[in-house]
Amino acid sequence: MSRESDFFLRRLHSLLGVIPVGLFLTQHLIINYFSTRGEEAFNAASDFMGSLPFLYVLEWVVIYIPLMFHAFYGVYIAFTAKNNTGRFGTYRNWMFKLQRLTGVFLVIFIAWHIYQTRIQKALGVDVNYDMMADIFQSTGMVIFYFAGVLAATFHLANGIWAFLVTWGITQSPRSQQIFSYVSILIFIALSFIGIRAILGFM
Amino acid sequence: MSENKTIELKVRRQDTANSDSYWEEFSIPYRPNMNVISVLMEIQRNPVTKDGKKTTPINWEMSCLEEVCGACSMVINGRPRQSCTALIDQLPSPITLEPMSTFPVVRDLIVDREFMFDSLKKVKAWVPIDGTYDLGEGPRMPERKRQWAYELSKCMTCGVCLEACPNVNDKTDFIGPAILSQVRLFNTHPTGSMNKDERLAEIMKDGGLGECGNSQNCVVACPKGIPLTTSIASLNRATTVQMFKNFFGSDHMVD
Repeated sequence: MSRESDFFLRRLHSLLGVIPVGLFLTQHLIINYFSTRGEEAFNAASDFMGSLPFLYVLEWVVIYIPLMFHAFYGVYIAFTAKNNTGRFGTYRNWMFKLQRLTGVFLVIFIAWHIYQTRIQKALGVDVNYDMMADIFQSTGMVIFYFAGVLAATFHLANGIWAFLVTWGITQSPRSQQIFSYVSILIFIALSFIGIRAILGFM
Repeated sequence: MSENKTIELKVRRQDTANSDSYWEEFSIPYRPNMNVISVLMEIQRNPVTKDGKKTTPINWEMSCLEEVCGACSMVINGRPRQSCTALIDQLPSPITLEPMSTFPVVRDLIVDREFMFDSLKKVKAWVPIDGTYDLGEGPRMPERKRQWAYELSKCMTCGVCLEACPNVNDKTDFIGPAILSQVRLFNTHPTGSMNKDERLAEIMKDGGLGECGNSQNCVVACPKGIPLTTSIASLNRATTVQMFKNFFGSDHMVD
């Protein structure tokens, strides 16, 4: 990776985190929310998504390629930072640190989540309500998924804030402050959807 | 005030640029209205550690003593700031002094800030007016804009914002918030803006604007209250536009 292209890669990293990865996460949590309406409703929604035309193209273009770039370049970004919340315990500095911590955790969580669901599907297992209900038999998995969902919603909500700054949309301190509140609301809304979706399987 | 009141000091010392650092403790008789510099002068006068061991005087840099030159920056009780305006009466004891770790240490509390000056040259942080003939007067600058620009021009290249930034370290080439803000200053100047695309091109390279991670420590740490994060966000917008201009081509590179 040429270091001269850092600027472009950073911008790409910021953009891909919101579009399409952030959009996909929102869509994914909303589809999973069908679990709160029972087994049949969830299986119907899941089957619909699984039977979309051009499924492989959609999966690779909208999910895997952008997600992998965002994940791997993100790990590089995370490990070049020298966190100093001990010296500067401000809100923004904590967000900076948490963005990196959740990002690294999400690489692990998503890798496991894909192994447990999408790769199992490729191996011939049926992805449905029962599969998730089975997974959530284990308390450890419930905790792991809670952490994963909250990390993801946090990372997206805070990532949208950073996206708006990085692209020069929110510029003044006041606009950034207002969007800090908006991003907290986004975090709460997405977390509500994600957590209820998990509870729907239990 | 009790007669025996002392100022307790812990200093991270380093004899040469390449040697290991070590801590030394000092106990200085208290006088009212001292600052960190006058305490260091006291040690210079009588270089004896707390245990009564004779040592070498502590080396540090200073010049203006009124927080406009930036030379006496160091890490005081964990926070980077100028030692001339660090008043003893306002600091909790013991006071720890360390050199700013972002920069190479020359000796004791003296660091080499060459990196910042080199970066200023890289981004052409000046208004070019030299030519083979008299270029005459430049365009006028609105008074209110001048007042606004004056705030950005207060930067003294002290290095405190670089020390505070988690992304300025030996793993990155990030030039830091201060230099970016200077790009904004000179790109806003009516004559300086005639080269604004050159400055933007420089900060769109490795170590430039893209390295900012929005921890916003710089604006908290800046002793001059310069709106560094606003400058960065503003440059983010300018480079977004520049990126499209560069890609598609434009007749408006400098206007």
